[in-house]
Amino acid sequence: MNAISLIRVNASRAAPRQGIDLVRVEELDELAAGLAGIFHVSCRVEPDQVEGEVAYDATRGQYYSTALLLQLATRNPDNNRHLVGISGVDLYVPILTFVFGEAQLAGNCAIVSLYRLREEFYGLPPSPELEQERLLKVTVHELGHTLGLRHCTDWRCVMASTHSAERMDIKSAEFCSICKRRARLNETFLGETLQPPKTRYGL
Amino acid sequence: MNQDVAVRAGRILIVDDEAVVRDSLAKWFSNEGYQIKSSASANEALAVVRPAEWDVVLLDIKMPGMDGMELQRHLKEIDPELIVIVMTGYASVETAVQALKAGAYDYITKPFDPEDLLNTVSHAIEHHRAQREVARLQEQLREVSPKAELIGESPAMKRVWEMIEVVAPSDSTVLITGESGTGKEVVARAIHAASPRRNMPLVAIHCGALSESLLESELFGHERGAFTGAQARRKGKFEVAEGGTVFLDEIGDISLKTQTDLLRVLQEKEITRVGGTQPIKLDFRCITATNRNLEAMVKEGIFRLDLYYRLNVVQVHLPALRERREDIPLLAIHFAKKCGTAMNRPAPHISDEAMRVLAGYQWPGNVRELENAIERAMVLSAGATIEAGNLPIAVASPTAPAEGERLEDIERRYIVKILEETGGNLSRAARILDIDRTTLYGKLKHYGLKRQSTADE
Repeated sequence: MNAISLIRVNASRAAPRQGIDLVRVEELDELAAGLAGIFHVSCRVEPDQVEGEVAYDATRGQYYSTALLLQLATRNPDNNRHLVGISGVDLYVPILTFVFGEAQLAGNCAIVSLYRLREEFYGLPPSPELEQERLLKVTVHELGHTLGLRHCTDWRCVMASTHSAERMDIKSAEFCSICKRRARLNETFLGETLQPPKTRYGL
Repeated sequence: MNQDVAVRAGRILIVDDEAVVRDSLAKWFSNEGYQIKSSASANEALAVVRPAEWDVVLLDIKMPGMDGMELQRHLKEIDPELIVIVMTGYASVETAVQALKAGAYDYITKPFDPEDLLNTVSHAIEHHRAQREVARLQEQLREVSPKAELIGESPAMKRVWEMIEVVAPSDSTVLITGESGTGKEVVARAIHAASPRRNMPLVAIHCGALSESLLESELFGHERGAFTGAQARRKGKFEVAEGGTVFLDEIGDISLKTQTDLLRVLQEKEITRVGGTQPIKLDFRCITATNRNLEAMVKEGIFRLDLYYRLNVVQVHLPALRERREDIPLLAIHFAKKCGTAMNRPAPHISDEAMRVLAGYQWPGNVRELENAIERAMVLSAGATIEAGNLPIAVASPTAPAEGERLEDIERRYIVKILEETGGNLSRAARILDIDRTTLYGKLKHYGLKRQSTADE
């Protein structure tokens, strides 16, 4: 597997400030360490940033995640790394009210949102530790999609489909043995069947 | 996701004119493990739908050409069990209500909450599968119909079979007559099972077992407080049988008052609960049975003539077992098999001698007595063959008189046998022999039998 780069995705200047749509530096650093531990590849935080402007839908007050994914893809022309955009804003695809993240299936780019991982979103006091763990799970899940994995029926597996924060807290940040094997198998084929990547709605 | 898993999770057809909705839903659902197909229009959808192919259809209500409501009707014509979930835009709750009235299972509003969407669809699929399972089990039940219990190849039995075939599909009232133990209830069940009401309940009531007032509340139900002890409202058997069949056994045993009530129920097809004021309209079929001679009872004035006519629209008469002796071996073997299954042991063989005894007996208790005789023989002996000696004494004692026997010899022997059975109880013996006790005394004296030591004679 290629190295992983994390890149911050900023909120649109047109959007009203919300307070919880920021990503803290230490959150990115800790996530990088967690990912390196799980995937056994180097993981660094890019100094650069992606502007969310283009994906902002003012009527929904949300960001179109597929548009952001395309932006990320233009920044990764060589496909020599996994590029994950980390945003503090709320993501959507037209048919759903929200997504936690989205990834290119068997591709290199993914985007995740911290917005609905925050306890404050649910009217609860902030819980940095819990939020950090959720961020790790969502990111590992989306990276799993880039490795060609689909949703898993094992509820403990990180690839289990999750549509709520509570459900996310139940599952682990690890791949089950079947997904692990499948990911390894996919990787040997990925070199040959890489193009064109398809997008996956996350979690 | 391989094909099998996708089929197990469920098969969903998406119909929406907007490509972005179709594609994103298809992508999302296939990621969740479902088998997906999408159509851009009603016509396209109608072309791909075959009966029993899809679990759920997600249907956009607003489409150019044929709209969702109309498509839903067409889809239900192709596959009545198909579950339709309607997708609506923000402000079209009214159309959603309309869709539900037209038979949609549920509706969801765009954009969908992922968890709601998944829950709605998975519930719908579970519902659909349960529906199919019920249909399958009902089909299975039909195969194990009570007709299998009606055994016999005698002409008399064949006539019964033919009658059942003829009367079952109609809705007419059937009166089943026949001696006790000939299988009147089995016939009633067979008629119900072969009728269009087969998927609705068959409610059997033994009128003879209930007192007049109890029978009334049993049949018609009662309101709370209708009488002492009526603490809650209760549905009567006729109400419970709504849409199905009511089987009234021992109809000859009901009082004149209940006969009057019953007549009204059968005529008006409506009941009033005991203590109630509102009549309740009902839809049921009535089958009755009796071992008594209703015609004679009508003549005696203890059975209403009009009720008799009402009940006796079609009569199915069950022959007594002694009138169709050729069926006895078949029945005996059937019961041996049935008891064997119940006792978890192989069905015993019935020896020729035993079969001769069975075929020669009078069987006053008819098929029921035969079944009990076989069961008793099997309980008493664990052998692989039922011998004549295993059969209950009443059966085993030869009924055919020996050569050169006088009538008096037969009478004497019979009295002795009955006294043995009653343990010397003269009153009971007299009742069984259907003679007066003093007559029995006279006969004992005549034959030189002593009261106490009769068993030793």
